[in-house]
Amino acid sequence: MRRIVVIGAGPAGMAAASAAALHGVEVVLVDAGAKLGGQYFRQDALAPGDRFKLPSNVEHVANAAVWAIEPVDGGHRVHLRVGPADGPARRGRAVEARALVLATGAYDRALPFPGWDLPGVYTAGAAQALAKGQGVAVGDRVVVGGTGPFLLPVAASLIGVGARVVEVAEANAAVTGWLVNPVGALAGWSKSGELVRHAGTLARHRVPYRSRTAVIEAHGSECVESVTVARLDALWNPVPGSERRLEADAVTVGFGFTPQLELALAARCRVEDGFVVVDAAQGTSAPGVFAAGELTGIGGADLAASEGTVAGAAAAKFVGAAVEPPVRAMARVRSGRRFAAALNAAYPVRSGWHDWLRDDTIVCRCEEVTKRALFRAVDERDVGGVRSLKLVSGAGLGLCQGRVCGRNVAELVGVDGTGFAKRPIASPIRLAELAEEEPVETPVDAEESGRALGVEY
Amino acid sequence: MRVRFDGVEVEAEEGQTVAGVLLAKGIRSWRTTRGGDRPRGLFCGIGVCFDCLVSVNGVPDVRACQRVVAEGDEIRTQAGAELPS
Repeated sequence: MRRIVVIGAGPAGMAAASAAALHGVEVVLVDAGAKLGGQYFRQDALAPGDRFKLPSNVEHVANAAVWAIEPVDGGHRVHLRVGPADGPARRGRAVEARALVLATGAYDRALPFPGWDLPGVYTAGAAQALAKGQGVAVGDRVVVGGTGPFLLPVAASLIGVGARVVEVAEANAAVTGWLVNPVGALAGWSKSGELVRHAGTLARHRVPYRSRTAVIEAHGSECVESVTVARLDALWNPVPGSERRLEADAVTVGFGFTPQLELALAARCRVEDGFVVVDAAQGTSAPGVFAAGELTGIGGADLAASEGTVAGAAAAKFVGAAVEPPVRAMARVRSGRRFAAALNAAYPVRSGWHDWLRDDTIVCRCEEVTKRALFRAVDERDVGGVRSLKLVSGAGLGLCQGRVCGRNVAELVGVDGTGFAKRPIASPIRLAELAEEEPVETPVDAEESGRALGVEY
Repeated sequence: MRVRFDGVEVEAEEGQTVAGVLLAKGIRSWRTTRGGDRPRGLFCGIGVCFDCLVSVNGVPDVRACQRVVAEGDEIRTQAGAELPS
């Protein structure tokens, strides 16, 4: 029996696991969540069972943190801690495989603004995860800000769990514009119907949806009590005099998504413009390592699933299974990427946000680095790249390892931010866990095929 | 099931995360920062940002959004950087 490891059980990872399993390959599907689905198909954690069913030769390893990927002779070793999050009861496990599919997905990009470190400011994904997974609204009166079509399902989810959405502030042009009149590059996009439904929910609840508008400040002493929204010009500079104060106890922000690159970088995959470079078979520059979903470009669940199908088949082929090229999925990938490109072009992030910050606005939440401290560090020392930037300013050195501030800080000081995702320890683990010896599972086919894999052979 | 938050008994359900339990009770903040002693709670909700750290059963630095509660869990506000008790 041949084995591959798939990391991430969202749309891309589930599709990859299924595709490889259907070709007779053993699949170890590793995911941080308790249930399958990832962020997009997040399931109600309070309901029993799992709504997804994968082939029997897929082993779903839930509640697992992948803290390192190590190249070994003929493949990779994937290091896991499995069990209740961040606690001492997690168990170590290491799985080796000749082929990996990385489907680690993406998380929201949050732009900083004065007051964004107050409790009550959340990413759009947090509001979505708490609503879908826990049945909880992050606030009673919520302002939804950011850019892109994702703001609509977030607002609809909040309404669904009983929150009052005070306003949706879209920093770019209105999503509803092309929904009503779907012409041009986005005509025929499969998600349009879903978005029209969400727009209908907003209309029924009389939620104001304003374009070229952003939350530029959150107010409160211990918690959000109100926010300031303002009209933006084409470059996202607030239009003077357009500020309005809205009473709210929560605000959610989402300015697009950042891919979870650390495992791809650990596996030495080539990254360009912030995304993993793949060929037509979803193969990365690292032999035996395939990538699918948001890692290769932000494109949504349908494209991710199609890429996953291709990656799973390609990984199965790589470990020796007889595989017909998945031509239908490959065609869906091509059309999906066209819609994704059009969508990403329609919802850019403009540099005007730099001026939303004041000198004392925190830019790195973990290390509490202010804009003033960031620029002072950069002015006084030589900053050639991310490494020196982190060392002189402290930004990105905290527990999140630059996941939240990396892109923003890199953009503010004008360096390439990819380096923020270089994390030899991909997710924080305790020293005792690092010291513990873990059982290593070598691929069952290693001896049969006579290929060396891992230090044991 | 029952858990305790800062010594007070709280009702919880199977499958709830620590963040889910606390937010459902209207609690927004359960940590203070090391430098500025500022309140923090949930931010990214999906395990990325490490802002929602809390102490569970004497172990600090547990992500409240990722940790699923178990009967009798002793959840405590975390003040700055704490060492395991």
